[in-house]
Amino acid sequence: MKVNDLEKLKSEGIENLPSEERRRFLRFGLAVTGVFLGGSVLSLTSTRNAQGAMGPVPPAGKFPYKPHYTMVIRQNRCIDCERCMEACTKTNNVASYGYRTTILEQEIDLGRGEKGRMFMPVLCNHCNRPPCVRVCPTTATFKNKENGIVMMDYDRCIGCKTCMAACPYNARYFKEENRAIDKCNFCFDTRISKGESKTACAAACPAGVRIFGDLTNYDDEAYQLIHTPEKVVWVLRPETGAMPNVFYMND
Amino acid sequence: MNNIIASVMPQEGGLAASPSRSYNAIITVGGLLAAVGLAAGLHAMLIGHEHAYGVTREVPWGLLIAAYVFFVVTSTGLCLVSAIGHVFGVEAFKPIAKRSVFLAIITIIAGFFVIAFEIENPWRMPIYNMLSPNPTSNIWWMGTLYGAYLFFMVVEFALLQLEKHKVAGIFGLLGLVAGIAAHSNLGAVFGLLGGREFWHGPYMPIYFITSAMMSGCAAVIFFHWVGYKANGWKMSEKLEASLCSTAKLGATLIAVIMFFTTWKMISGISGQPPGKYEAMMSLINGPYAVNFWVGEVMLGMVVPFILILSARAKNLPVLFSASVSGIIGIFFMRYDLVVVGQIVPHFHGMGINELPHLFTYTPSLHEIMITVGAVGLTVMGFLMGERLFRGHLSEDH
Repeated sequence: MKVNDLEKLKSEGIENLPSEERRRFLRFGLAVTGVFLGGSVLSLTSTRNAQGAMGPVPPAGKFPYKPHYTMVIRQNRCIDCERCMEACTKTNNVASYGYRTTILEQEIDLGRGEKGRMFMPVLCNHCNRPPCVRVCPTTATFKNKENGIVMMDYDRCIGCKTCMAACPYNARYFKEENRAIDKCNFCFDTRISKGESKTACAAACPAGVRIFGDLTNYDDEAYQLIHTPEKVVWVLRPETGAMPNVFYMND
Repeated sequence: MNNIIASVMPQEGGLAASPSRSYNAIITVGGLLAAVGLAAGLHAMLIGHEHAYGVTREVPWGLLIAAYVFFVVTSTGLCLVSAIGHVFGVEAFKPIAKRSVFLAIITIIAGFFVIAFEIENPWRMPIYNMLSPNPTSNIWWMGTLYGAYLFFMVVEFALLQLEKHKVAGIFGLLGLVAGIAAHSNLGAVFGLLGGREFWHGPYMPIYFITSAMMSGCAAVIFFHWVGYKANGWKMSEKLEASLCSTAKLGATLIAVIMFFTTWKMISGISGQPPGKYEAMMSLINGPYAVNFWVGEVMLGMVVPFILILSARAKNLPVLFSASVSGIIGIFFMRYDLVVVGQIVPHFHGMGINELPHLFTYTPSLHEIMITVGAVGLTVMGFLMGERLFRGHLSEDH
């Protein structure tokens, strides 16, 4: 039937429309809306998942360490009480002129001209591709083959300081007392190898900022934190290609 | 052993060095400066570098690394320039070979003198370089190759003294290959550090070799002129012509370095690449601007380039002035290269309140004394060499 012919017909009026026909029309409308609404929801979800997959966390099994030690830092919880630094110094006999870990103060933009502060704990990132290890002429600094911790053999250190120049995170200093570079080793010699489950800094933190854990254990708190799809996880200076194992997030 | 030494050291012939008191006095002053530098280095080793040097956790490399680079750059350059003559057989460069090889040895020793006090535990280096080598480390390659380089150069020099030019040429070639490999590795020590934007990239090894050649030309002219002037000798025409050729080569290399530097600057500021930009601006318009514009650009490039061109590479006193200006400028280049590469804070651009825009570094007295000591060592070695080897003449020149 042509449109012109249709226009000539007399309107039957909606009052004569069967209710079944009305329901069918409404159902159709709802279905269309539902498809678009559901699609939007789905697209949001999938975006977040994609974000997680593309983030700084290395896919499982890419690196052969077991356990693969890591630290997750929930940055917004840090109150700069410095108990971690104190515990680290005490536990690892850190020199007065140096540090293995410290807390930096970061100025952040809250919008509408307002500024806020956040604290950013930093330590050795125990990188998967550590620049310091590559440059050491005598393998005095090396990546432990079992657990991936970047360690020091003090006796082999010639003190050329190339590792200090190479580290993107300023995580190393020369300790005169040892005549060698000193750095964070996730308390391996002082705590972890003795059966403790946390590093000194993580144990001392009253705010649950530092979560020490194992990337090969799916039930581990640190593993679960950085695999929470709706959370943004980041690392410091990813552009250097060092692939750090210290992850940052807010909760 | 005595026979070998006796046959290497010429007893007669050649040129007799000046017996004047002032000549001896300068040797003594050089020796004293070296002794003072040695004392400063040993003192620093004893009390700890933490207390003796100006370097910090943030800027771990300072004047001593710059001085080390300066001396080994000069040594490699002397080796490269001398090799043109006696390795590749270019006639015009043959008369400068002997003195240049000798000074390549002296300057690499001066470089080792400095690095021995820059490294905290130098005695561990030969041991663990052997016991636990790291083949991915540029420092390992550089140390090992410079060791080989010194050996080849010493053998080459001895053979040159014995007038065994053919075998000397083979060792010269080995020294040259070791020197180029070692020196480009020194460039790579800086260039392969991904966390240091100012250094990172292939530029450093290329720049190091090119500027070594430029330094070599300056050093050849400088030491030949001073050697002859101090002893009151008269240069042969061949030697004069050789120095003029060296100056021409030097001017060419200055032009190359000008070209390199220009593009390094432009690539550092164009698009404001993070990290690189801040470092570059510290040279152009920041705390290192005087070093850069006066030291590097004027003394290191513009002045020697104009002097050589205006003298048409012929007037030796002018060429000497160009070489002095160039050598001073090159020292600034090394210093800026080492220090500026480290002054941009690691967490730049992240709004960290504790961090300054740029870190600072000031050399300490110990560091300055060791550097001056290495200069004294070079002066002493150079002047003693003139006397011991009777003007470094070879029979055919």
